[in-house]
Amino acid sequence: MNFIPPDFAPASSEIFMLIMVCVVMLADLTAGNNRRHVAYLLTQITLLGCALLTFISFSTEVNHTFHGMYVDDSMSDILKLMVYGTVSAVLIYSHTYVSDRGMLRGEFFSLILFATLGMMVMISASHFLTLYIGLELLSLSLYALVALRRDSQLATEAAMKFFVLGALASGFLLYGMSMVYGATGTLHISQLAQIIQSEASSREVLVVGLVFIVAGISFKLSAAPFHMWAPDVYQGSPTAITLFIGSAPKLAAFGFVMRLLIEGMGEMSADWQGMLVILAVLSMAIGNIAAIAQENIKRMLAYSTISHMGFLLLGFISADSNGYSSALFYVIAYVLMTLGTFAMIMALCRNGFEAENISDFKGLSKRNAWYAFITLLLMLSLAGIPPMIGFYAKFAVLQAVVNAGFVWLAVVAVIFSLIGAFYYLRIIKLMYFDEPETDEPILPNSDVKILLSANGLAVLALGIFPQALMGLSLYAIQNSM
Amino acid sequence: MSFEFPLLSLIIWLPIVFGIAVFATGNDTNAQLARWISLIGSTLGFLVAIPLYSGFDITTSSMQFVENYVWFERFNVNYHLGVDGISMPLILLNCLITPIVVVAGWEVIKQRVSQYMGAFLVMSGIVNGVFSSLDAILFYVFWEASLIPMFLIIGIWGGPNRVYAAIKFFLYTLLGSLLMLIAFIYLYKTSEGSFSIEDYHKLSIPLTPQIFLFIAFLLAFAVKVPMWPVHTWLPDAHVEAPTGGSVVLAAILLKLGGYGFLRFSLPIVPDASLYLADMMIALSLIAVVYIGLIALMQADMKKLIAYSSVAHMGFVTLGFFLMNAYGIEGAMVQMISHGFISGAMFLCVGVLYDRLHSRQIADYGGVVNKMPVFAAFFMLFAMANAGLPGTSGFVGEFMVIMSAVQINFWYAFLAATTLIFGAAYTLWMYKRVVFGAVANSAVEGLQDISKREFILLAILAFFVLWIGIYPFPLVEVMHSTIDHLLIHLSTSKL
Repeated sequence: MNFIPPDFAPASSEIFMLIMVCVVMLADLTAGNNRRHVAYLLTQITLLGCALLTFISFSTEVNHTFHGMYVDDSMSDILKLMVYGTVSAVLIYSHTYVSDRGMLRGEFFSLILFATLGMMVMISASHFLTLYIGLELLSLSLYALVALRRDSQLATEAAMKFFVLGALASGFLLYGMSMVYGATGTLHISQLAQIIQSEASSREVLVVGLVFIVAGISFKLSAAPFHMWAPDVYQGSPTAITLFIGSAPKLAAFGFVMRLLIEGMGEMSADWQGMLVILAVLSMAIGNIAAIAQENIKRMLAYSTISHMGFLLLGFISADSNGYSSALFYVIAYVLMTLGTFAMIMALCRNGFEAENISDFKGLSKRNAWYAFITLLLMLSLAGIPPMIGFYAKFAVLQAVVNAGFVWLAVVAVIFSLIGAFYYLRIIKLMYFDEPETDEPILPNSDVKILLSANGLAVLALGIFPQALMGLSLYAIQNSM
Repeated sequence: MSFEFPLLSLIIWLPIVFGIAVFATGNDTNAQLARWISLIGSTLGFLVAIPLYSGFDITTSSMQFVENYVWFERFNVNYHLGVDGISMPLILLNCLITPIVVVAGWEVIKQRVSQYMGAFLVMSGIVNGVFSSLDAILFYVFWEASLIPMFLIIGIWGGPNRVYAAIKFFLYTLLGSLLMLIAFIYLYKTSEGSFSIEDYHKLSIPLTPQIFLFIAFLLAFAVKVPMWPVHTWLPDAHVEAPTGGSVVLAAILLKLGGYGFLRFSLPIVPDASLYLADMMIALSLIAVVYIGLIALMQADMKKLIAYSSVAHMGFVTLGFFLMNAYGIEGAMVQMISHGFISGAMFLCVGVLYDRLHSRQIADYGGVVNKMPVFAAFFMLFAMANAGLPGTSGFVGEFMVIMSAVQINFWYAFLAATTLIFGAAYTLWMYKRVVFGAVANSAVEGLQDISKREFILLAILAFFVLWIGIYPFPLVEVMHSTIDHLLIHLSTSKL
């Protein structure tokens, strides 16, 4: 038998990442006293190296490798670059927080890198098995990260809940995939599309499979009614981990939806459109209404995430590249805002004090006017008020929805975002209209200060000049379809 | 002046840049610096707006001082600015009110001075942006952005119930504008990929979508104007806002709604406007009569003026939907004149409030004995508010009533009751506050207005009288634009 070695070049960044995860683990074992520092630097270098590799191999062509199990196209490259940037920012933001709480062990870095690798595989998968492997690599790393603080009861409980429900969702997904395999006889995403198009497969089995796949996806996106885990996990995890869970994996989840639903089962859009409409409306309703009642800021942001995921799903409903690129723009904007918001919560934490409740934002404008201003920008952006980027994200998605003829859905969406505006305004109210409860100074490191300022201002600047990011989103989608 | 020069951009961005500079002065140790930068910024903002009037061509109805650049091509959105006879006077009004507000807050605001002054400057630039945008998305961005500074102004420097008022103000206005956004997106689809407002004016749309679009616009603009029954945020916001906030709210922000009707509702969906004109006239008349009666019963001066604002703005919408030249021109004059009068009335209440820290009519009495100069000014503005001939308040109301007579006698009759109610609630309040014997020891200790206050009131008095006696320079600039608008209205777009 003739063995032809696959072309490794399209997967070079993943391979580099895998090697470096091992290096980070070994370095952490062997380096001396300042080994945490070494591991931290190595992790950042790894991300930089991956970014360079991805950037160099950037091409407008679609390259398949590993016998069609793996794909490298402009969408995957752009998503991966975003993931590197996000993970790197997460590490900078959480460095102090994690080391103050004694969680700065070697595992922290290697788990984060493994999770990143999982995301990269998910984004680049063109086969159901690759997709599943990526997803599980990501999920297992996340379960472990949530439980990293072993002495915290809340974190352990969150990790258990996350694990049990996550395993259930993976089961759903696998079951759906097996149905699809039964109907079409293939696990290759590109072949799948052709077979569905040729109508050589049993429609009923396919639709049943699709239902399970959509359920699995909704769980991973934390879209209602599969959202139950999100508030508990967001609240229970250490804030640094919440920041991680809430940011980069959403990019990977976007890639996941694109590969599975659009590339694989795009021909069945008439079937999944209706499901997504229900999921989107439920998510926006539950997310926005439940968020109003929350006192815990992390829990509130979890519900806010649910509502944002509902909005994101709206982008897919139009089932054309206009809608997908709007959804991509939305998810990038969302990640940018989430990063800033959780980083702000961590900046309010001190050694021995966890900023957990929304009342911790009271009087922030008097304690630190600049941070209050940055939070103001972030909150307005989350609420979708121009000229912040969150507005353009909503605008792009609404435009796609109206264009697809669902005007009523756009009206429903804006009514829920009006309800949503209330709880973001409440944070602004606490910061600007109320008196502070404590006058402890806020003293983050200078790198956090710079990055947080850049993050907040980016929300404004990308709102004033949205063309670059919008163009990039459109480019990524058009070159991959 | 050459038309190449980006005058409108300057008018928009100069106050915003100065506003940011004011923010940058930081905490209250630099308060005096913040005040002076804001005064310079707002005065410059007014000065650069003057060429808009002097260089304005009154013979054409097309847009002037046009600037058009691509903003983001993904959705074909342009940075497209221009003014016509409708927007130009409103921009001038806004640029004039800003320095007045800055001076009005000069000594009164002692906490977070830089944030207060900066917010007003930024808002001034944003509002200029609303009036001069010719691209729907650009318009929307400025429109919504104007909420942010006002929200903070009410919430930070307002009265005891400020949080409730600020959030109510924000959510009410947001509700309307979100539906307007959907209307824009729908028009974008119908026009096959354009956000240009001028393109929308030429679009033909069937009646049913026109009615839906009209309702979406109506919600956005009716909340801003505000029309009955969505006016309830206004008394709350006015009462709780600091004096400067009330002035800007009444003089400028309410005009955004009126402007919206002229720029969007009437020309884009004329058939729906015609179809629903009776409803709009009915709502306007309810505002004029019913809200006038409510104003009569108020014990709080600011609340009284707020309700009187709603009644006067009822005249504006009435004029628009009578849909003839007198009606629309009268409504425009009424908008400008209401900007000066209501601004002045709120300043007068502010003058009293700064001294006694009460807005209750019952806490005053006999103010004229202690503050004769102030009483004279207050008299003039109260008369103008009641629509006395010779003041600007008369001109607009008279034109609207004249046009109503041509349509239907009873419309005119009901509208004219405002001259009675307006006189009743304004002058009765004036009598209780100013005349009579000195009511209590607090009034006994009142000092007459300072030079600073005198200048402010004198400037506003000058404009109130000027428009009242010789409104021609104001009417002249609107003439061709409104004629053009009427041609638009008379041609069906089905």
